[in-house]
Formats: sequence, structure tokens, C-alpha cells
Amino acid sequence: MHSNKLTKLAMIAALAIGANAATAADPLKVGFVYVGPTGDAGWTFGHDEGRKYIVEKFGDKVETNYVESVAEGADSERVIRQLAAKGHDLIFTTSFGYMNPTLKVAKKFKNVKFEHATGYKRGKNTGTYFARAYQGRYLTGLIAGKMTKTNVIGYVASFPIPEVIRGINAFTKGALEVNPDVKVKVVWASTWYDPAKEREAAETLMLQGADILTQHTDSAAVIQAAASKGNYAIGYHSDMSAYGAKAHLTSTVHNWGPLYAAKVQAVMDGTWKSEDLWPGIAEGVTDLAPLNDAIPDDVKALVAQKKQAIKDGSMRVFDGPIFDQSGKEVVSAGTTMDDGALKGFNWYVQGVEGKLPNS
Amino acid sequence: MDFELFTNILFATLRTGTPLILIALGEMVCEKSGVLNLGQEGMVLMGAALGFIAAVVTGHAGLGIIAAILAGMMMSVLFAFLAVTLVSNQVATGLALTIFGTGLSGFLGAGYVGMAIDGIAPFPIPFLSDIPVIGKVLFSHDPLVYFSWVMFALIFWCFRSTRLGLTIRAVGENPEAANAIGIPVMKVRYGAILFGGAMSGLAGAYLSLVYTPMWSEGMSAGRGWIALALVVFASWKAERILLGAYLFGAASIMHLVLQGLGFEASPNLLAMLPYAATIIVLVIIASDAAKAKLSTPLALGRPYRPQV
Repeated sequence: MHSNKLTKLAMIAALAIGANAATAADPLKVGFVYVGPTGDAGWTFGHDEGRKYIVEKFGDKVETNYVESVAEGADSERVIRQLAAKGHDLIFTTSFGYMNPTLKVAKKFKNVKFEHATGYKRGKNTGTYFARAYQGRYLTGLIAGKMTKTNVIGYVASFPIPEVIRGINAFTKGALEVNPDVKVKVVWASTWYDPAKEREAAETLMLQGADILTQHTDSAAVIQAAASKGNYAIGYHSDMSAYGAKAHLTSTVHNWGPLYAAKVQAVMDGTWKSEDLWPGIAEGVTDLAPLNDAIPDDVKALVAQKKQAIKDGSMRVFDGPIFDQSGKEVVSAGTTMDDGALKGFNWYVQGVEGKLPNS
Repeated sequence: MDFELFTNILFATLRTGTPLILIALGEMVCEKSGVLNLGQEGMVLMGAALGFIAAVVTGHAGLGIIAAILAGMMMSVLFAFLAVTLVSNQVATGLALTIFGTGLSGFLGAGYVGMAIDGIAPFPIPFLSDIPVIGKVLFSHDPLVYFSWVMFALIFWCFRSTRLGLTIRAVGENPEAANAIGIPVMKVRYGAILFGGAMSGLAGAYLSLVYTPMWSEGMSAGRGWIALALVVFASWKAERILLGAYLFGAASIMHLVLQGLGFEASPNLLAMLPYAATIIVLVIIASDAAKAKLSTPLALGRPYRPQV
């Protein structure tokens, strides 16, 4: 009885997905699976902007469908399978927890191409991709280091995984480069999304002397908290200036559109291959939101110069020398951290205060 | 720990506990009448969304609060109609209400994501807020925090010494007997459910108009469920709800503050603290099994079919 109902529900959902199928002459069907609602102003919002970008670019040569708020795990496998069964040619699964479900479905649908965001397992018809958001973090660190008066910068973080630690380190490295006295204080909110809790974490950091805040959680509550106390803040995921135009210095933003368009084009041309893409500032996938006018011109110029250097490859964010918290040189001058090391970051660089918790 | 930090922690504790108190008090009244409404999360989200929308459209945060209360009541009327009038399964109906409210609030609020409003400013009570420490901790809050105390006092008094409290309890203990002595069971249950909806809607307004003046989908982040659990662990007693909510708030704040102070413990462990501390304390208080049994409304969750 119950399973009957579930099947019915699944059928209704499948019908809804396929409802606007069969329009122009065989458009490429592209499916998206989102972990959150498209209205979260953060992670999922960014991916949906990417979807809109390909709709705009390819017009009726593509047909896109998405399923939002799909829980990671077994539920996602069902959704991915349905998208594949409904004749989608290319499916983007946009959350880490979709990794194994994506690969499982990919094995059954050999003609469908899959692209999984943030994962590390690939298959014949499954590629992975992510953005070098840490490059943006580094640039915002430069701004924060220059703008702080108390020399304490607050960082509201989610969970101690390499992606988040990498962001903290890149940010701190930037801040420290322009201000050797700066300290970055990290508070782990232990959630990706809980506006009230994110706000309390921000209040805590300001109470302990931070006059600039940034966050690696999904809502804009940290920006709001900083604005209410007359402090500055730096956003993440999308331009968060609406939540405090005066307080918002800039945000590190993801711009998935060009990457998605390249993948769609590759499938159309028959040149698609499974690969691990990690584009960043050079490709325009990672970028900064417009800079606040309160930022002095020389700082703006410095940011532009470093951004250009990252773009043309004359510098990388994690070029040595890099010191750990104890002051020991971990990466020597003249060398740089390779992508493998970046993806496994599990230690803090000099300038971060406090001990890194075991995740 | 310096003194200013200490007062700030207490201040933040009251703020964090407030939405839980509002939701839990409403649900307690509802459950006292024998109705288990698991739709809190959905009602809170509807209150948050419609409250925010009304505040944006009219430009008055006060109207936002009224809209939020009405939104919560609208949702609860739906529940009452299904669960009381049509005598449906309360657990299933409540869960459906949560799912419905979560989806509908996201749909209605979609156009309002990314908008900012001023929100409701704190209202320091004259004279009282000038008292050192206590003034800052207790009397420098926004109006809804004071309102939660007023509601607490009213509900406490209602169940301790009024006929209304007795009537609600009679309906929740034994609706057939209550009916036999002439209490309009259906009306009482409708009233209790509506009250719960209004309080949940208000809690939503607290989130979207006071705490973090914005709308984003699912912004209640599970507070409705926490409040539901709180009612049970507080053995349906208003004073224990107050204690539990503030305990939960204090532990949530300590999770963040301790990290800032360089306290070396796993943040995951600290994040567990609010749940663990609240459960342990309330369970110890209610450890007398015989008494605990007495405090559970006997007819809780049992549909009542009026005899014709």
C-alpha cells in the first residue's frame, strides 16, 4: 500500500519533469539536481544562475530541467535515475553527497553524461568539477587585511573539511601579506545553513574584537550582523550587498555559466570526456562582486594587480614560503602546493588563531 | 571571562531562547487539549515568509507581525479542520502541514529572497534598562522578548488557577467526560490549535523580522521540531519550557563563545551540547516516573468523535 503510493508519487514527479519535453527538433536535454532551494541566495542559487546562462546562450537548442531540495543519499539516486531515464543527455549533480549515487546511476546509463560538483570519484561517463573559490578568498583577504583597524578578522565557518580550511588559509594568507599583525579568528557554526545561528556566531566574533567578518556558510546573516554594528563584512557564494550595502566590502562569487556552457557544447560536438575540472579566476568561474567604494584606491589597485597575476599564471595563491601556525616552514620559497595537497588541506597557516579541530 | 562578555552571553541566551518559547508554549496549550500538532515547522515558516512579505509590501514591521500571526492561524485552521472536524490521524496531518508549509512558504517568498528591511528595533525599557548588568541582560531586548514573558505568565496562570485552564485540561484528559458535563470539546480544541498556530506564526515573525531580518527558504532550520521535543521533556509545564528554552539558548551560545575563547574541544561535540544539556536537565527534573505519567495529557493524539 505504502510502496504503491510512493510509486504513484514518483510517477507524478517523473511526469512533471518530462512535461515540457519534445519542443524543438531534438534539443539537448540537460538536467540539474540541487541540494537546496533555488532561492537560498547561496550555493544552489549560483548553480541555477548557471543553468539560466546556458538557456540564454543556446536558446531552443537546449532544454533544461531541475529538481531542487534533493536530499543527499538514497533519495538523490532515485531523482538522478529518473532524469537519466527521461532522456537527459547531460546531468549535473551539484552536491558532494551525490557522488556515489551519481556513479551508480552512471553505470546503468552509459549514453548519458554526468558531471558531479565537488567530488573526487570519476567514471567513464562521469566527470567532476569545482571552482577555485580559494583564489577569491585570497583577494578578499588582501582587502580585509588592509581595512581592519583592530587587526582581528572573524571567520564564521561550517565544518572543518579541506574545502573550508583551504578557504580560511587562502584568506588568512592574503590578509597577512598586507598586514603582518592580523589575526583571523574562526568560529565553527557546525551548520551550512541556520541564519539565526550564523548571526550569533558573527556576534560572538565581534564581541571578541573582530571588526571585519566573512563566512563560509550559506546565508547572508553574517553580513547583516556586521552591518547592524557598523562593521565590514565579506560575503560568499553570491553578491550579498543587498543585506548591508555599506558593510559589504565584496563577495567571492561562483559563476558556473561558462563552465556549463563549455560542457553542453562538448556534448553537442561529441567531444565530451570525463575529466576533473578545477577552473578559477582565470576562467571567470570564480570572481569577486563589485568592490565597496569605502575601499581605498590603492587597495583596489592591489587587488586588481594580484587578480591579474593569478589570471596570467605568474602567481598562485599557495606559492611558498608558507608557514604553519607554529611558524615552521611547510612550503619552501620557490615551490608551490600542488592540487592534490590543496584538496587535502588539514592544517592552518600562520595567522589563524586557535587549534584546528579534528573533523 | 570578563564581565561584559558575560552579560552579552546572557543577553544572547534570552534572544536565542525566545522563538523556542513562543513555539513551545503554543504547542503546549494545543497538546493540553489533547491535540498533537506536528506542523510547527511549517507554521513557523509560513509566519516568517508572510510576515516578511507584509513588512516589505506595507513598509511596517508591525503589520508584518500581524500578518505572521494570521498566517500561523490560517495554517492551524487547516489542521484543525482535518484533525478535529474530519477526525483524521493527527500525526500524519501534522507532518503533512509541515511539508505543506515548508513548500508553500518557499513558493510565496521566492520573489522576496535577497531583500532587506530594517526589522524591529530593540526597545530598552526606560529606567529598568539603566540598572547595571540586569538592565542589559533583561530589559534591553526587542518587544517580542518581553511579549514571550507576558505569554508565559498568562499561560502559567491560566493552567494554575483559571476555569479556562481546567476546561482545556479536561478536554485533553478525557474528551468524552468533558463532553458529558457540557464542555464544547470541538470548540476548545479549535481554540487551542488556533492559539498554537498564532504563537508559531509569531515565532516565524521573530526570525524573519527581528533576529535576522530577511527571508530565505527553510530559515527556521528545525526550531519547530526542537520546540516540539521541548514540550515533552518539559512535561507540559510552562515554567520548565522557559527553563529548557533558555538552557538550550545558553548552550547554543556557549558552543560559539567557547571556540572564540580558544577552548579546545571538537566543535561537533560543542554543537551537541544544547541538546544534551537540555534533555539531561529536564529528564532529571521529571525523573519521578509516576508524576511524569500524570503530566501527559491522557487523550493526547487520540481523535475524538463527538457522540450524536
